[in-house]
Amino acid sequence: MKEIIGGSDFKKRLLIFCILLIVSIIIVLPYVWMLSNSFKTTMETLTDPMHIIPQEPTTAGYEKVLTKSPFFRWLWNSCFVTGINTIVILFTSSIVGYIFARFNFKGRNFLFAMLLFTMMVPAQVTMITTFIIIDGVGLYNSVWALIIPSFVNVFGIYLCKQYCEEIPKELIESAKIDGAGNFRIYWNIVIPQIRPALGALAIFTFLEYWNDYLNPLIYLSSTDNMTLPLALSYFSTQHSTDLSATMAASALIMIPAAIVFIIFQKQFIKGLALTGMK
Amino acid sequence: MAEVVLKNIKKVYPHTAEKDKKKKKAKQPPEKKSNLQITEDGVVAVQQFSLDINDKEFIVLVGPSGCGKSTTLRMVAGLEEITEGDLYIDGERMNDVAPKDRDIAMVFQNYALYPHMSVYDNMAYSLKVKKTPKDEIDRKVREAAEILDITPLLDRKPKALSGGQKQRVAIGRAFVRNPKVFLMDEPLSNLDAKLRNQMRTEIIKLRSKIDTTFIYVTHDQTEAMTLGDRIVIMKDGFIQQIGTPQEVFMHPANIFVAGFIGVPQMNFFHGCRLSKKDGGYAATLLGKDYALSAAQSHLLAEKNVADCTVTIGVRPVDMKGHAAEDGDAVIEVAEMMGSEVHLHMTRDGEDIIAIVSSREADLSQFEAGRKMALQFDPAAMHIFDSKTEENLLPCVEE
Ligand SMILES: Nc1ncnc2c1ncn2[C@@H]1O[C@H](COP(=O)(O)OP(=O)(O)O)[C@@H](O)[C@H]1O
Ligand SMILES: [Mg+2]
Repeated sequence: MKEIIGGSDFKKRLLIFCILLIVSIIIVLPYVWMLSNSFKTTMETLTDPMHIIPQEPTTAGYEKVLTKSPFFRWLWNSCFVTGINTIVILFTSSIVGYIFARFNFKGRNFLFAMLLFTMMVPAQVTMITTFIIIDGVGLYNSVWALIIPSFVNVFGIYLCKQYCEEIPKELIESAKIDGAGNFRIYWNIVIPQIRPALGALAIFTFLEYWNDYLNPLIYLSSTDNMTLPLALSYFSTQHSTDLSATMAASALIMIPAAIVFIIFQKQFIKGLALTGMK
Repeated sequence: MAEVVLKNIKKVYPHTAEKDKKKKKAKQPPEKKSNLQITEDGVVAVQQFSLDINDKEFIVLVGPSGCGKSTTLRMVAGLEEITEGDLYIDGERMNDVAPKDRDIAMVFQNYALYPHMSVYDNMAYSLKVKKTPKDEIDRKVREAAEILDITPLLDRKPKALSGGQKQRVAIGRAFVRNPKVFLMDEPLSNLDAKLRNQMRTEIIKLRSKIDTTFIYVTHDQTEAMTLGDRIVIMKDGFIQQIGTPQEVFMHPANIFVAGFIGVPQMNFFHGCRLSKKDGGYAATLLGKDYALSAAQSHLLAEKNVADCTVTIGVRPVDMKGHAAEDGDAVIEVAEMMGSEVHLHMTRDGEDIIAIVSSREADLSQFEAGRKMALQFDPAAMHIFDSKTEENLLPCVEE
């Protein structure tokens, strides 16, 4: 009896395994292909793109990226933009979310509805007006153009508000009686309570700004101010593309993202689950 | 050292029509249960609440769920705004003072320990906020932990504690602050019966060590009777009676208090006659006339009570009776409790309970279905006005 169940169970598992394997291969293939091409010459990539193992492996692409372009400058820019954005968004989202969740004030619901409404409007709609404003205040071609407009993140506020609403009322009252002021309560009690939300938000924000291609393309013009994703276009000219260098740059850009992902894997999956839930 | 004075305090929770739908749903059932006054402004949760609490007194607010106990306590704590009236702590008006500046500590029913902090940090938090020197914090926390017997738990997180342990930590957290006023909102309600009895004795012991003013909220009359120096009995937002446990038991101000205090409940006989007779008063109960004592009659005469319909209350311990063919009530169950027997009877659909000493009575006579003839001692009668439900003999000296 047991064996029969075991048998059908095994078949089921095998089927699931095969499906997952195929899907994984489909997803992973481009990355493998990218890695493999980063070790080929541009010539080989163009003539013989299907070989996974390079015929004449070379690190010329990497050398070119690291020596012929201000790669470390871009790396610094990317870290700067992503780091500041992540920290600031964590702060603003949690404190604003807390205020919306726990303080009663006139027009609270109206304000929150307005915030949500801005989330419904696609970014492309406001792109031109945003550009005009940024240019108007003199931030064109500055990394700050990528930072200051991002200080408020509606999704983050929403997420934190949901979490703050779950904090037992007595916890906050207890802290009040213990002598803590509003900011201290936020810092000592609320933040630790909404940690999972903040973890997920941190990862989402990091990836969003690390991988952002469009905004740097719009706002940055000088090579020195560029962020890493723009490196992808740096090696392309109108007539030709240095595929070897482009692929090498892509691979290099992925490394920090991969590291962050591996470190925060657990939080990331939790985060995905919780954004699906709420 | 702190006197707390509440002067004609009133609390109105404004209607919240559009928002807090979720909250409202949760709140609706208790609202229906109680008969709180609802005005245009909102729900009147507490009104006409006046009470002078002496220094180091242990006051218990007791009443059925939804009667406004927590609301009152939270107004003292500063967690709830006082709609009308004045609150003084040590002579200082506190209405608009923030909770942290009132020098109070509060223990919540669900403990409200900070989940991410160790027991030690939970207890140390208020001192840290006040920027107390580290070594002083350490000394105070360890001293409190010693008294409450939680020293081995100091490094644990609240998650790893049992209900009783959490309760001790919550009390310890309040204790380290050495507050002027110690507030407790149903601190024992989440514990099982055995632990509750144990913690009750601990609170009595603790009190001798803390020596401060306590305001304690409970719905359990046993807790109220055993802990309180004075008890405040509330119903539907109004104070029903304030008095020592002895006073409220012996001289309940009205039918509600009489029924609420004391287990098993007092027996009530509705529709009895109270009449003037040869200079004194007499009460007619179950067809028999009982002449009231001179002291009782004197009190009634002083209040100018005319002949009227009354409700007479008699505590189960004061019930006397014997088996008789033409008895007044039918025995349903005789519960042997050990030293006493609880005799459950019915009469015209009304339950009557009598407590009989098991040593004195012949237990074989209490068979179910047997009839009992009841007798009463006029001195043990509580006489309430049928209309106002007030006690007509509020304070008869024995
Ligand atoms: N925040 C609130 N908003 C509206 N009504 C409330 C609120 N808190 C309590 N009430 C109402 O006030 C009444 C008294 O509540 P409470 O003081 O908690 O009663 P108790 O502690 O005696 O059970 C209840 O009917 C309750 O529904
Ligand atoms: Mg309550």
